[in-house]
Amino acid sequence: MLEEDIASTNVGLDLLGQARLWLAYAGEIDGRSEDRLAYFRESGDFRNLLLVEQPNGNYADTIARQYLFDQWHVLVLAELATSKDSRIAAIAAKALTEVRYHVERSSRWVIRLGDGTDLSHGRMQAATDALWMYTGEMHIADASERPLIEAGIAADVEALRVPWLADVRSVFAEATLTVPADSWMQGANGRGGKQGVHTEHLSHLLAEMQVLPRTYPDARW
Amino acid sequence: MYAQMVETGVERVQVVAEMAPDERAFQARIDADIKIEPKDAMPDAYRRTLVRQIQQHAHSEIVGMLPEGNWITRAPSLSRKAILMAKVQDEAGHGLYLYCAAETLGVSRDRMIADLHAGKVKYSSIFNYPTLTWADIGTIGWLVDGAAIMNQIPLCRCSYGPYARAMIRICKEESFHQRQGFDIMMALCRGSAEQKAMAQDALNRWWWPSLMMFGPPDAQSVHSAQSARWKIKLLSNDELRQRFVDQTVPQAEYLGLRVPDDRLAWNEASGHYDFGEIDWSEFHEVLKGHGPCNRDRMRMRIKAWEEGAWVREAAAAYAEKRANAPRPGPLPAMRGEGDRRAAPVG
Ligand SMILES: [Fe+2]
Ligand SMILES: [Fe+2]
Repeated sequence: MLEEDIASTNVGLDLLGQARLWLAYAGEIDGRSEDRLAYFRESGDFRNLLLVEQPNGNYADTIARQYLFDQWHVLVLAELATSKDSRIAAIAAKALTEVRYHVERSSRWVIRLGDGTDLSHGRMQAATDALWMYTGEMHIADASERPLIEAGIAADVEALRVPWLADVRSVFAEATLTVPADSWMQGANGRGGKQGVHTEHLSHLLAEMQVLPRTYPDARW
Repeated sequence: MYAQMVETGVERVQVVAEMAPDERAFQARIDADIKIEPKDAMPDAYRRTLVRQIQQHAHSEIVGMLPEGNWITRAPSLSRKAILMAKVQDEAGHGLYLYCAAETLGVSRDRMIADLHAGKVKYSSIFNYPTLTWADIGTIGWLVDGAAIMNQIPLCRCSYGPYARAMIRICKEESFHQRQGFDIMMALCRGSAEQKAMAQDALNRWWWPSLMMFGPPDAQSVHSAQSARWKIKLLSNDELRQRFVDQTVPQAEYLGLRVPDDRLAWNEASGHYDFGEIDWSEFHEVLKGHGPCNRDRMRMRIKAWEEGAWVREAAAAYAEKRANAPRPGPLPAMRGEGDRRAAPVG
């Protein structure tokens, strides 16, 4: 429906805006622009969560991916908003106001589809089951993160596992969905998105996204 | 235009003496520039024509999202990507405003969408052309949104209140779109030889279809005359087209691009540009469904609609459960309603 088209684009625009702020800040370290970082790195250089590179699938797949991420994102940003790095704190505080709305929206959809029809319930459960194995690495701090967590700069993602799961449980309860049993989590062995070891999807996404700047490397757009 | 060749259902325009008293009163209101509002009495033909026109316009906004959406994933910078996403989202908002305006005339959105999918209602011919390069995105903003503004600014004064008000909001956004499109073209034309060639190629392909957007000459058309009498069409197709050419040619010159028309020349006497013959057979073929992308566009719309069916059913089932649930509590709002870009107009 048209309203959803508009609402999901709002989320996309917010996230893109946030990504640009983070990239711009990161790029200050070695003088690379946001576009240099986005368009001229290989998939192995990307450090995103595996969850967010999973395909759109059907609407339940899209919503499951979005909700599981949003629920984590909102907790991480709340922590980062008190970061000792003032730039990080400022970006996180701005992003947090947007992401509170994202999680509100995506959790409503999880509930609506979970507690909608038999068909939607089945699809929502299947989507969640399929993505669950990508939620483990969200809560594992990488060796590069630990010193930053200790310095009060980065969020302690391991401490966020408990509140994240509590929120997920309560949303799933209202949605009449079963929280999947924990089994093997992708990336738990230290070879996941945070280490640049991705699923097959990312390089396809990047190939499409980067095609113009890579084809015309000196062009300005 | 976005609504091309709208039929009025009349065979000729009545003179005042032939009108029934209520028709005469209605025409007097229109002549006095009093807006017609949804609850006012109006002749059936006026209502039907407006439904057709607004609906075509709404469908054009929605189908128009497809050729531009085609480049969102490939936009060449993050800022261009954000601008394009927001633009395509604006077009969804325009569709929504217009569906709402049409609904005030007693036709449901589902009905209108069903008619589009059944091929009973048209959308603008222009969206049946493909977007082949990034320069097409610039060209669409510059020419297609530019042509839309040309057509829609007069409609801000049209006789039907909800339509006129929708047009006012839409025109503000369209002028942003046009500027953004022109900005893409400027970057390309100031860029490398390859980028400039990309821009010229896009102009070559979009120029004539853009001129066709205004529709065939209609000075002799009884439908256009009736629509003009009702003040739901304020300028003829040729007048609008001429304005568009006069505005756009200097912009092309500024960009250093050549308009692909050997007969294009400034006419000192008329104060307008003369331009070549439009190939109306191409236009009619595209309207009949033979454009390069008609099939793809409709397939895409229908696919999106059908794939959303189970989601709409689930949302309705959930809302019903909640409405019948004994415990109190607000119905969860469908997010998107009342959203920052989605407020409907009435
Ligand atoms: Fe529009
Ligand atoms: Fe537009």
